[in-house]
Amino acid sequence: MFDFITDEHREIQKLARDFAQKSIAPIADHFDETGDFPLETVRQMGSMGFMGIEVPEEYGGAGMDTLAYSLALTEICKVDASHGTIMSVNNSLFCHGILKFGTEAQKQKYVTAVASGQAIGAYSLTEPMSGSDAGTMASRAVLNDAGTHYVINGTKSWVTSAPYADYIVLFTMTQPEKKHHGVTAFIIETDKPGFKRGKKEPKLGIRASATSEIFFEDYLCPVENRLGQEGEGFKIAMTVLDAGRIGIASQALGIAEAALEASVQYAREREAFGQKIGQFQMIQQKLADMKCRVDASRLLIYQACLAKKEAAKTGGRYSMEASMAKLFASETANYCAKEAIQIHGGMGYSKEMPLERYYRDAKITEIYEGTSEIQRMVIARSLTGLR
Amino acid sequence: MKVVVCTKQTPSTTAVFSIKNGIVSWDDPGGKPNVVNPWDEYAIEEGIRLKENHGASDVIALAIGGEESKEALKTALAMGCTGAILVSDDAFAGSDAVGSARIWAAAINKIGDAKIVIFGKLTIDDNMGVAAMMTARKLGWTPLTFVSAIKSISADSITVERLLDDGKETVTAPLPVVISVVKEINEPRYPSFMGIRKANRAEIPVWKAADLSVNGGTGAAASKVDWSHIFAIPPRVGSVEMIEGDSIAEQVKILVDKLFEEKVI
Repeated sequence: MFDFITDEHREIQKLARDFAQKSIAPIADHFDETGDFPLETVRQMGSMGFMGIEVPEEYGGAGMDTLAYSLALTEICKVDASHGTIMSVNNSLFCHGILKFGTEAQKQKYVTAVASGQAIGAYSLTEPMSGSDAGTMASRAVLNDAGTHYVINGTKSWVTSAPYADYIVLFTMTQPEKKHHGVTAFIIETDKPGFKRGKKEPKLGIRASATSEIFFEDYLCPVENRLGQEGEGFKIAMTVLDAGRIGIASQALGIAEAALEASVQYAREREAFGQKIGQFQMIQQKLADMKCRVDASRLLIYQACLAKKEAAKTGGRYSMEASMAKLFASETANYCAKEAIQIHGGMGYSKEMPLERYYRDAKITEIYEGTSEIQRMVIARSLTGLR
Repeated sequence: MKVVVCTKQTPSTTAVFSIKNGIVSWDDPGGKPNVVNPWDEYAIEEGIRLKENHGASDVIALAIGGEESKEALKTALAMGCTGAILVSDDAFAGSDAVGSARIWAAAINKIGDAKIVIFGKLTIDDNMGVAAMMTARKLGWTPLTFVSAIKSISADSITVERLLDDGKETVTAPLPVVISVVKEINEPRYPSFMGIRKANRAEIPVWKAADLSVNGGTGAAASKVDWSHIFAIPPRVGSVEMIEGDSIAEQVKILVDKLFEEKVI
């Protein structure tokens, strides 16, 4: 039915499914419970190519397209969204940005290490007092007198993978008076003086993906680690988020599919009042609505993947398609996880089954890489041309 | 040092079989009906480790079978084998174990310079487990079966640990050797995405009967095994009886009486 899905895409999907079911499923609950970072499986995923699916082979990646990335990420998140978050940050937010805007030396050094799983990458845009409104960020980078280094000071928050990241793509202000046109991107090495990590944030969901604040105190960033030109940071941040949003949509789809599959199985097995609960119309309505939304999410993701491919040829953007996929899939994940628990009743509420984890994990997909409100704004602005 | 890993495409472990007019067919609704023989995954992994840890120059996956056997070879390439060759000819169809060993030996001789040939312990389709020994015999090399660890390799010898019914045994043999491996030897790796792409791009050469110097008979005509009557084993019929009784002691007494009656005890 979908000619753009090749045999190779299906092979990648199958490998991701096998790996997720054999190697992640047995540990997912443990890492959710403890909040520990699953370093061993993350490294293994790196050596298998999960961390740089779209990265060209000369930089240690698999050299495939966004659809392959989406299919693989969905399979991982169907089992554990936390692993998916770590994978998504490495692929979309770290590697993609440097590949698109970085110098050859930056690609060789940083993309190769992260795509091959030898290092962990992160992306840092949000601050305690600024999120999507990046023009108000308080952190600063000032070029030193010699013109060799930027001196960076400030605090960034909610940095996914920060507690374990070797490298971070950082967005900070070089010309505050220009607001978001004064934002510049840098590649930070976290083993250098002046960089500190905050404590790991306790979270509702995706608990195995570590998140923390990071602090810069007179951190010296060499000029060659600036990503793009001064003032290009906001454009880079938003461009990278377009790709990231396809990833979050895929993550949400994985959670929704898992919730739906569990619900269908339970509706077939569980009996009440002398019949299978799947024979009750109120359960049927939930299952039918879940299935429609899951498939619609998948189609929106396919559309966004194709739009991204087209944009790469024409030099255009695919922000609206990425936002539509992210918005709809994330709301679908939340809907499906909620209804899956309702269908399972007490069993769904219990930690004996992973439904309550899906419910907790689903929520973040409506928040990070742009809230649902921001996605609606992006879509409406693309439609009307009004700002 | 060149290493050859002998692999086979077999039905998956979850395949559902049906037999109609003596013809066996199978499908796997939940996955692929055919996979690389699961025991061969350990052989492939060990071959790749010989390259990574013992300086093997080439690790060549070899399969005998139809065109569909290329899938098994692709899996071997995706895991990290450096090359793959399919031996496929209608003349070879229906070979018995000895015929197959003759084909394996001829193909290994044609590859040339191999020091170590690795088989999985057995293939799950016929469960015979004789291919390594028979191939070694045809090559005139030393067979080392049920290998659970390769301890060391020198220029002209290999030391391995063999897992036997009553313990382990460490033996040294001159190279070249044919070994069969058990699952204790390693943990097979997953293929990588890069490997899958490489495998899909790879041209897998196909050797026909005319390309090989096979010594002795092969194919159905030379087979000593006659598949004269193939049928599905009837499903086992059983019944369950719940033992009633007022007390545990009484239930036990009834159970013991019944077991005596049935001559179980």
